[in-house]
Amino acid sequence: MKRARFLFAAALALGLAAGSAVAQKKEVKVVFIGPLTGGVSVNGLGGRNSADLAVRLRNADPKAKYKYEMVVLDDECKPNIGVQVATKAASDRAIIAGATHYCSAVAIGTVDTYHKFGLPVIVWGAVLPDITYGNDYKEIHRVNGTMINQNEVNAKFSTGQGFRKFAVIHDTTDYGKGHNKYFSENLAKNGGTIVGTFGVTADQQDFNAELTQIKSLNVDAIYFGGLTPIGVRIRSQMDRLGIKAQLVGTSGIVSDAFIEGLGPLAEGVLAFREGAPVEKLPGGQFFMQKYAEAKYGEAPEAYGAFAFAAMNLILDTIERVGPDRKKVTAALNKVKDVDSIVGKISFDDHGQNTVAAITKYVAQDGKWVVWEDSEYATGKRKLAGK
Amino acid sequence: MDAGLLAQFVANGLMLGMMYALVAVGFTLFFGVLDIIKFSHGDVLTVGTFAGFSTYLGLQALGAADPWLQVLAVLLVATGSMAFLGALIAKYLVMPLKSAPPLNILLVTLMLGTVLRECVRLFFPDGANPKRFPRLLPDDALALGSFNLRLDSVLLFLGGLAVIVAIHVLINRTKLGLAIRAVAQDEETAKTMGINFTLIVLVTFALGSAVAAFAGVMNGLYYSEINFGMGLLLGVIGFSAAIVGGLGNIYGAILGGFLFAALQTVGAVALPFASAYKDVFAFAVVIAIMAWRPTGLIAEKTSERV
Repeated sequence: MKRARFLFAAALALGLAAGSAVAQKKEVKVVFIGPLTGGVSVNGLGGRNSADLAVRLRNADPKAKYKYEMVVLDDECKPNIGVQVATKAASDRAIIAGATHYCSAVAIGTVDTYHKFGLPVIVWGAVLPDITYGNDYKEIHRVNGTMINQNEVNAKFSTGQGFRKFAVIHDTTDYGKGHNKYFSENLAKNGGTIVGTFGVTADQQDFNAELTQIKSLNVDAIYFGGLTPIGVRIRSQMDRLGIKAQLVGTSGIVSDAFIEGLGPLAEGVLAFREGAPVEKLPGGQFFMQKYAEAKYGEAPEAYGAFAFAAMNLILDTIERVGPDRKKVTAALNKVKDVDSIVGKISFDDHGQNTVAAITKYVAQDGKWVVWEDSEYATGKRKLAGK
Repeated sequence: MDAGLLAQFVANGLMLGMMYALVAVGFTLFFGVLDIIKFSHGDVLTVGTFAGFSTYLGLQALGAADPWLQVLAVLLVATGSMAFLGALIAKYLVMPLKSAPPLNILLVTLMLGTVLRECVRLFFPDGANPKRFPRLLPDDALALGSFNLRLDSVLLFLGGLAVIVAIHVLINRTKLGLAIRAVAQDEETAKTMGINFTLIVLVTFALGSAVAAFAGVMNGLYYSEINFGMGLLLGVIGFSAAIVGGLGNIYGAILGGFLFAALQTVGAVALPFASAYKDVFAFAVVIAIMAWRPTGLIAEKTSERV
């Protein structure tokens, strides 16, 4: 009799639990990691808002099976901090997957952590090839392209514009060194020459010594492989020294902070980035409209759309296979021709999205303008030294 | 290497050296009067620069757009507020610990530096991002072949020189300077001669901190960019410069500042490795000099300091 009563109680409890599960969706945690403080924090905050937007839209969707909570962590664009927060996220078993990292130096430092703990991640902004191609980890994926494609297009375009003699300044992190390597290789293929290469620290203040030497080399253009803060310093110190060469940057300076930090001096600087500009993306209008409606304090910046796409892909996958790290990893590795706001996403066997499109940008009137739409392309304005 | 290029390197180096020298002077002044090392000096510089930057933003908001007026106001607020902060630090942190082991003061000021730096980062709006410092000085450029000199660089250098001359006159030609020198030489005797010891210490700290704020604003105007971490390396370099020159001797600090800038320039230009190693080179030479002359290039005379 006692036993029967216990069974009845247990059944009742189960029934209650099931009932409440119907009324309230199960909560699932995902993580976003990016640089929220420090020199490149504008990009991190833009990425965070975009990923947050993906989560909010999903939670507002009545058809969603789960209620998502996005944990936000700050890697400060520093590898040591990055590994700390990556460990924190990966060791929390409640977190199923993550959209991670804008800075290459951080992303490359954390891949081992994600692999060790089996946390599937999608990189949303870092461009160093080795993040996906330097390992066989099934957990690591990336929606944006790599710096290989970026520098191919850069070298071809720059030499096509008549810049043949280059000086290279790069920061000595993996990010800057990678840019230097791929740009140098591709420039040689396109008939350009590099007459001087300068490795600088990522927090250097004074570039007068390097720039004075570059000035004496009489180059057509200076290639800069690094991020916004020192990009700003280099451009303004070029001006102080009266260097007339063209500054050619990478995706690392495609940010509003670069233009804000320089004001009119930014005019005519070239830079390259993977993927099409947001407003030209298939779902760009939708994204920008929703982003504006959510009234975030910061702009989505250059990689916001990728962060949105990465988070959205994670949520789609969890909806499909359930909140289980292993299943999500397996499902992500099979992603082929999935529609997203950044175009079709297909991961190759290293988890790298095979996007080919690279967009060329030029700073014009205080904005990054797509080259083809700029007054520089029509010949109305001239690049430096032309 | 042609003459224009050489002149350019020299001009760059002199400018850097001036900034280092101004920071080093502060370290030497504090050591002179109290025999202490104040490690928060670099961060006082940062706070001073941000105070100046806020002044600029305030003036801009009020519509006072005359650049000369702005430079003057920025400098006045930055140096004035840092003089006050320096005196506060002396009165409430350093003086109470005066008879404690020197290590304690070193630690306390080191921690204070971190507090100041983090405060700028956390409480200044968007403080973690680099800020664009306005160009307030005329930027007409003089170009001679490969030599390019802008008027604002010249003005900044002359400004720094004027500060150094002013300190020299103050220390050697005024009654206040005499009192500072007396305290540096012998605290007890100075007291018995009727010198207000506490006041002199406070004034010295105010002076050193104001000079650091001046260097910070100069840094901002020169590079057109400031950030919360700018004082960190400047502080370390200024300290090294003061040591190499001979801690306690103002001229040693100035010499050390220019020497360090020269080493960095040589490290970046003349040596066959990546310019990222220029600091490694400069600090390595500093270590070598320390081994050669432990008391600095211009050794402190035992009888007189400052």
